Amino acid sequence: MSDTIVSLPDQSTARIPKMNYLSKENGLLSWLLTGDHKRIGILYLISITFFFFIGGALAGLIRLELLTPQSDLMATDTYNKVFTMHGVVMIFLFLVPSVPATLGNFFLPMMIGAKDLALPKVNLLSWYLYMIGGILVLVTMITGGVDTGWTFTTPLSTHYVNTNVLSTGLAVFIAGFSSIFTGLNFIVTIHKMRAPGMTWFRLPLFVWAHYAASILMVLGTPVLAIAIVLLALERTIGIGVFDPAKGGDPLLFQHLFWFYSHPAVYIMILPGMGVISDVISTFSRKRVFGYTAVAFSSVAIAVFGFFVWAHHMFIMGVSNYAVLVFSLLTMLVAVPSAIKIFNWTFTLYKGSITFETPMLYAFGFMGLFTIGGLTGVFLGTSGTDIHLTETYFIVAHFHFVMVGGMLMAFLSGIHFWWPKMTGRMYPEKISQLAAVVTFIGFNFTFFPQFILGTLGMPRRYASYPAEFQILNVFSTAGATILGVGYLLPVLYLTWSLKYGAIAGDNPWQATGLEWQTQSPPLTENFVEMPIMDHEAYDYEWLERKNLEKQKEVASVG
Amino acid sequence: MSDNSAIADGVLENAHDEHPAHLRHHFHDVEQQADASNFAMWLFLLTEVMFFGGLFTAYLIYRNWYYPAFVSASHQLSIPLGGFNTLLLITSSFTMAMGVWCAETRRKSGLVLCLILTFILGLGFLGIKSIEYSEKIEKHHVPGFHYSLNSFLDPDSDAAAKAAGDKPLPLDVARHTELYFSLYFAMTGMHALHMIIGIGILGFMIFRASAGAYTGGHITFVENFGLYWHFVDIIWIFLFPLLYLISRH
Amino acid sequence: MDHISPAIWQFLVKWMTNFALFPPEASTIAPQMDALLFFMVLVSLIGLTIVVLLITAFSILYSKRRHPVAAQIEGSTLLEATWTIIPLGLFLVMFVWGALIYFRVFTPPANAMNIYVVGKQWMWKAEHPGGQHEINALHVPAGRAVQLTMISQDVFHSFSIPAFRVKREAIPGRYTTVWFQATTPGTYHLFCTQYCGTAHSAMVGDIVVLTPEDYRKWLAESTSGASLAQNGERLFASLSCAACHNTRPDARGPSLANVYGAKLALTSGQSVTVDDAYLREAILNPSEHITQGYAPIMPTYQGQISEEGIIALIEYIKNLNSDYRIQQTTNTTDMLPESVGKAAPAGQKPAVQAPAAQGTVKQ
Repeated sequence: MSDTIVSLPDQSTARIPKMNYLSKENGLLSWLLTGDHKRIGILYLISITFFFFIGGALAGLIRLELLTPQSDLMATDTYNKVFTMHGVVMIFLFLVPSVPATLGNFFLPMMIGAKDLALPKVNLLSWYLYMIGGILVLVTMITGGVDTGWTFTTPLSTHYVNTNVLSTGLAVFIAGFSSIFTGLNFIVTIHKMRAPGMTWFRLPLFVWAHYAASILMVLGTPVLAIAIVLLALERTIGIGVFDPAKGGDPLLFQHLFWFYSHPAVYIMILPGMGVISDVISTFSRKRVFGYTAVAFSSVAIAVFGFFVWAHHMFIMGVSNYAVLVFSLLTMLVAVPSAIKIFNWTFTLYKGSITFETPMLYAFGFMGLFTIGGLTGVFLGTSGTDIHLTETYFIVAHFHFVMVGGMLMAFLSGIHFWWPKMTGRMYPEKISQLAAVVTFIGFNFTFFPQFILGTLGMPRRYASYPAEFQILNVFSTAGATILGVGYLLPVLYLTWSLKYGAIAGDNPWQATGLEWQTQSPPLTENFVEMPIMDHEAYDYEWLERKNLEKQKEVASVG
Repeated sequence: MSDNSAIADGVLENAHDEHPAHLRHHFHDVEQQADASNFAMWLFLLTEVMFFGGLFTAYLIYRNWYYPAFVSASHQLSIPLGGFNTLLLITSSFTMAMGVWCAETRRKSGLVLCLILTFILGLGFLGIKSIEYSEKIEKHHVPGFHYSLNSFLDPDSDAAAKAAGDKPLPLDVARHTELYFSLYFAMTGMHALHMIIGIGILGFMIFRASAGAYTGGHITFVENFGLYWHFVDIIWIFLFPLLYLISRH
Repeated sequence: MDHISPAIWQFLVKWMTNFALFPPEASTIAPQMDALLFFMVLVSLIGLTIVVLLITAFSILYSKRRHPVAAQIEGSTLLEATWTIIPLGLFLVMFVWGALIYFRVFTPPANAMNIYVVGKQWMWKAEHPGGQHEINALHVPAGRAVQLTMISQDVFHSFSIPAFRVKREAIPGRYTTVWFQATTPGTYHLFCTQYCGTAHSAMVGDIVVLTPEDYRKWLAESTSGASLAQNGERLFASLSCAACHNTRPDARGPSLANVYGAKLALTSGQSVTVDDAYLREAILNPSEHITQGYAPIMPTYQGQISEEGIIALIEYIKNLNSDYRIQQTTNTTDMLPESVGKAAPAGQKPAVQAPAAQGTVKQ
């Protein structure tokens, strides 16, 4: 029995379909003025990758500085700018748009049987807003950077730094609107453009996850916008809303900022969870265990996610009773994530599992997200948060969920849908190697940081007591390995565009609607309007369909 | 949901005379398109609610903390002017709603007239707002560098404060009036920005309406803009009592 | 913690600190916090092991080679309930346990000795009531509850002592407090953990825990000559507070004798307990803190007094046990030359009271 599900067409005769969304029109303008959600997804993919490597370079600089206890590689001011820009670029220009803007844009309409998103022009506008925000961030970096930390804590950011706070704030403001419009588009599309027969509970869980994330994008991001506006007014005119000398309260900024920034982390992770659902199902040849539970837990995370923001402020002087409420709610929001992990695990039960690259990344996600998520409970528990907050424990926690979790899910999705987007397969062996290298590098980089955190090493420190050096060296060593792991996909995926095997319609034999059309897809996605007459992840339906096709071919011949 | 009842047509709509010109190709029919853009507009307004919500939250907190300062500061606003502005805006919402009705019933000249009236009323609102703002600038009530506490330390020197019968405020209370004005300018300024954008779009719509773009059955744009305009009106209806009528029961 | 044998506990702690996984436990709350941390690590390890074991087992047992046909299972409500309720239960246990510790850390005992901490870019200033001033260091006695009353002069800072497992932000505009009771003499790290600008990583220091003997010695040799309360008294005089806050029958302000800790009725009808935060507010924003029965004529001192000055005033008022004490201050004020701000030389006031009198200035 073979140990792979990859079913490629006969490579000697297979060809990329002549008419597809890539070949439809040529020229720069056809890309820059496109309304096609798939082209916009590709535009995002290129720009996000670009910003990821900028953020990654900044991370490299951080780890290099932290090799030694003294602040000796760069001036402390420079280090402060480096970690600030690393955070701003990675969060706003990479993580927030990563899966939604690339895979979500590309596949949401196809998964629900639509020809495009509801508002294609708004979709293009989203990309331009993202690019403007991104370019502004680059300009900010080049013209001196900003050193407030990505959290822009007042009064530091309003009265005590001379760096480019305003331009960074503007960049984030603009990029925020990109996010709002993407979320808006998704919600309208999911509500109004599902194909006949595509009921809510037949939607792929990828769609549910994006729906939940879109609610957060739409409702949370405007509050960040107003926080930035008030910050800018305070910094320029001195309106006093955050200034104790004028009666204002700097804690108000914290509340406004975290009201968005906590849901933001769910915006970042939910789409990744959607990817994992689809990938695990496909590579176990099984419907997702507890579909309804996973769908509802996505929405539960979105709803609960709005009510926990002050767990970032436990030691800032909020009242003890507020701490009690927010800590309790944080425990509640942790439960749906646990539910998902168990449901994915049990999807493997009595499945027929293969270990192609997307599945390897998915396994990595499950282990690392479990660790990251559990350490979140350490922090949501008010008592232990006192010791662990503001240390490297926090840094390790969020890197585990964001990099070990989200970034792995992103890579899983990119590999999974690469054949559909490009018509070509990526090279399997080297990609599996890259996945393993990434996993090893990641653990070396970030696990020591948990220990650094419990030992008390504060975050955002350019210099530290000598006793912390050995763990920092470990971490930097791991970062080098991690860097290799991330570089490899860029290389072999680009290589595959020309030399990869022709993928055919459905190399994974997956059940989604997007897999029932050609690879790469037509601009209008479907020749005939699809009618959804089966459940989500219905492998029996797929089998029947394949048998029918075989009979057709046989009878025609 | 309209999408579930859509017919399984199965054929690409490539015969352009089979559907109205304004139907975008990713929709099955005009109903779905109108439904989708309407829903999108409501969602967008929801984001605006969250946006203003942050400002309202800040305002409510500080008003609760510094009530006497806020009361004195609010006496600097002219209720007649604010009330008149409210009237203008409510009337403009009415003319806008009439405009939507004209579009629905294909009354082109009626629509153009309603849009022009809405435009003028909106401009009127902004005009009065700029009068109010310039007054604030003259009196040094704009927060920041040149903010002056004189009107509150010495109410007799200030006509508005004197008329309201204000007592002189102690220095530490008077300082908090700056917060009131910060929020006043932030909230009414944001609101005015939304009005300016709305008036700009209105101007564009007047041209398109006189060309008959909205009276041929495709009224989505007018409808959705109407929603936006009503929203801007509702924000003001909250702003007016909160900012102008603090101590007037 | 009582359920684990002390021998095992000691072994674990020694092992952990020798392998440098945990900082040393040097306060009474540290073992309590470590116990919860251990519990969480244990639960996490078990949870992680379960998940990893299941994934590994399923991957082996149900690989395509071994199990070519997948069984299409919808789900299991029982399992859903199990893995919803058990994690929720465990998380709630952690929540309650953690909340207890949290309240313990931020509710100082009544007998805690108070030390003031002012954070500024980029140093920590500790002000002991006896007049000892420290920068980037804090000497405390072992075996006594110590409360830190903190404030920032500029941006957010955070006072962190990993060995004590305590941490609290010092923010501008209001006091925050934290308390601890140190157990083991030694020197421990002090970090600023809230990013505060250029020299954030340099805003570090030493917490020196001394035996009570050594602490007394240190107090004696580090004093600056005047206690905080004495400095406060000078300020009280030079800022003309005594002009209204005196014991004369026609005084325009309430007497401040014994006001600290008392319940006060304000003109707004509210009733407040006078603590550090209240006093600070009353000095900076007096109009909203007028005692009932008095006219709102107290001027604000915002901009005229530093955070250290306010702390000194608060210490003075804390120690104001009697009208006699106020009279002493008033007399001193009367002896002041007309020029503003010139404090009476230390020698003119008796540092220790005559035995029969009440109201000793605490050193």
